[in-house]
Amino acid sequence: MLQLPIYLDHNATTPCDPRVVDAMIPYFTQSFGNAASRNHPFGWQAEEAVDYAREQVAKLIGADAKEIIFTSGATEADNLAIKGVFEMYAQKGNHIITCNIEHKAVLDTCKHLEKLGAEVTYLKVMENGLINLEELEAAMRPTTILVAIMYANNEIGTVMPMKEISQIAKKHGALVFSDATQAVGKIPVDVNKDGIDLLAMTAHKMYGPKGVGALYVRRKNPRVKVTAQMDGGGHERGMRSGTLNVPGIVGFGKACELCMNEMEKDAAHTSRLRDKLDTAFLSLEEAYLNGDKEHRLPHVSNISFKYVEGEGLLMGFNKNIALSSGSACTSASLEPSYVLKALGLGDDLAHSSLRFGLGRYTTEEQIDYTIDKVSTTVLKLREMSPLWEMYKEGIDINSIEWAAH
Amino acid sequence: MAYSDKVLDHYNNPQNVGTLDKSKSTVGTGLVGAPECGDVMRLQIEVDDATGLIKDAKFKTFGCGSAIASSSLATEWLKGKSIDEAIKIDNMEIVEELNLPPVKIHCSVLAEDAIKAAVNDYRKKNGLEEMKFEESLVH
Repeated sequence: MLQLPIYLDHNATTPCDPRVVDAMIPYFTQSFGNAASRNHPFGWQAEEAVDYAREQVAKLIGADAKEIIFTSGATEADNLAIKGVFEMYAQKGNHIITCNIEHKAVLDTCKHLEKLGAEVTYLKVMENGLINLEELEAAMRPTTILVAIMYANNEIGTVMPMKEISQIAKKHGALVFSDATQAVGKIPVDVNKDGIDLLAMTAHKMYGPKGVGALYVRRKNPRVKVTAQMDGGGHERGMRSGTLNVPGIVGFGKACELCMNEMEKDAAHTSRLRDKLDTAFLSLEEAYLNGDKEHRLPHVSNISFKYVEGEGLLMGFNKNIALSSGSACTSASLEPSYVLKALGLGDDLAHSSLRFGLGRYTTEEQIDYTIDKVSTTVLKLREMSPLWEMYKEGIDINSIEWAAH
Repeated sequence: MAYSDKVLDHYNNPQNVGTLDKSKSTVGTGLVGAPECGDVMRLQIEVDDATGLIKDAKFKTFGCGSAIASSSLATEWLKGKSIDEAIKIDNMEIVEELNLPPVKIHCSVLAEDAIKAAVNDYRKKNGLEEMKFEESLVH
C-alpha cells in the first residue's frame, strides 16, 4: 500500500536511518559523559565513541581521523573554513575565488569578508551549471589564498570537476575548499584524489541526525590551519571550541559507515528511479532539465515545466508529495532561484521549476505516483495558463510588453 | 504555508476558466502581470448589449494557487454586474473572502487590475473614454 505523503526532498534533509538512531541511543542516557572529561569512565567512553566516529567519517572521504573537526553542521563548517583561512593566511593574500551558485552559507560568508577587506571573485557558471576552468585559471592572482567551489549543487545536483579545479589552484599556490554537503555519502569523494584541502559536510543529508557536521582540514602536503571562529575550551585541536555533541557525532559516524558500505547500491537505486522520472517528465511538451545531465548526483533532477508556475504546480499535490520549487512566490522578494538564474534561465523558466530529490527509501510505487500526479497537474494548469494558450497560438511571449510589476 | 480552504477550493475547482472571443466588441480583455514575476492573469468580460450587464466572465492565470483563486473568484463576482459596479471590486474584498496572507495580497491586486483593464478594453472598443485608475500600491 502506498503511504502518503511521499518524501522527495532529500536535498533539504534526509530521514535518520534506524541503524543510526540505534547507535545513538546509548549516548543519551547511559554513556552520557563529556568527551573532554579526561579523568573518569564516563568521559573515557564518550571520547572513545567520538574517536571511533571520527574514523568512520574520515574513512568515507579518504582522510585521516585527525583531520576531522566536528561542527554543528555544514553552515558552521563553511564559515570556519572561509573565515578561518582568510584570517590565518592574511599575510599571504586576501583574494578568494568562489562561484555564483554556491550555497548562501558560502556566498554570504564571502560577502561578509569583503567588508573586512577580502577581494572575492564570483565565477559565473556555464549553462550546464559547471564552472569554466579557463575562467578559473584567469581569475587566479598571486594574492589568491582560497578557491571555494562546491562539490555538488543543492538545487540542480551538478557535480563540479574538483580534480581539475584543485590542480589549477595548486599551480598558483592557493588552498582548495569544497562545500561537499550534497555529495558526501552519495558519490565517491576522496580528499587526496580530488586535491581538496578543506571540505564541509553535514550528517543530516546522509541519513544522520541534524545539528552535527564536520570540516576536514588537511594536515599534510600542505599542513592547513584555520583561525578558530568559536573561542573557548580549545576542543577539536583548538579549531572549534564547544562540548562535543556525542550522540550526534556517533550518529554521524554510523551514517558515514552505512553510506560507505551502501553507496553503490543507493546510487544504483536512486539513479534508476530518477532516470524513470526524467524520461517521463521530459517526454512532456516544453519540459526542460536544468543543469548538466551527465555530471550530476544520482538522486537529483531539476525540471522546468514551461508556462506553469512552480508554486501553483506544487499546490496540486503538495499534500501528498513533498517537493521543492525554484519559484519563490512565497517570499516577499518574488525573486526566483538565483541558482537557476545563474544558468541563464529566463525568470519564467526559473519560476516553473521543480526539484526532485530521491533517497534510500524511495520506492518505484512512489515514483509512479509522482509521475502521474505531477504530469496531470502540469496538463491541468496549462489549460488554465494564458501563456500556454499564447504559445499554442504561436505568439512570442517575449514580444509582449508586460506591465512593470 | 497552509492555504485557506477557499483558496484550495477555487484551485481544485476553478470557475470560469476559458477564453472569450476578443474580436467581439462586447468582449473586454485585461492582461496583467508578467512572466518574470511569476504571475500573469488574463480576465475577460462579455457585456450584454441590451442590459449593460456582464453576462459572462472568463479567466486564464499563470501563477500560484492564490493568483488562480483570486481570478476565479473575480469572474464569479463579475457576472451580473454592470461595468461601473465591476470596477468597484476592491482587492481587499478578495483578500477577505479568500483569507489571503500578507505575502499573497499582490495576487488580489492583480485580480483588481485585471478587472479594470478588461473594463477599459471594453470601454475603448465601444467609444467610451478610458477610466483613469490610481497606480496600485502593492506590486
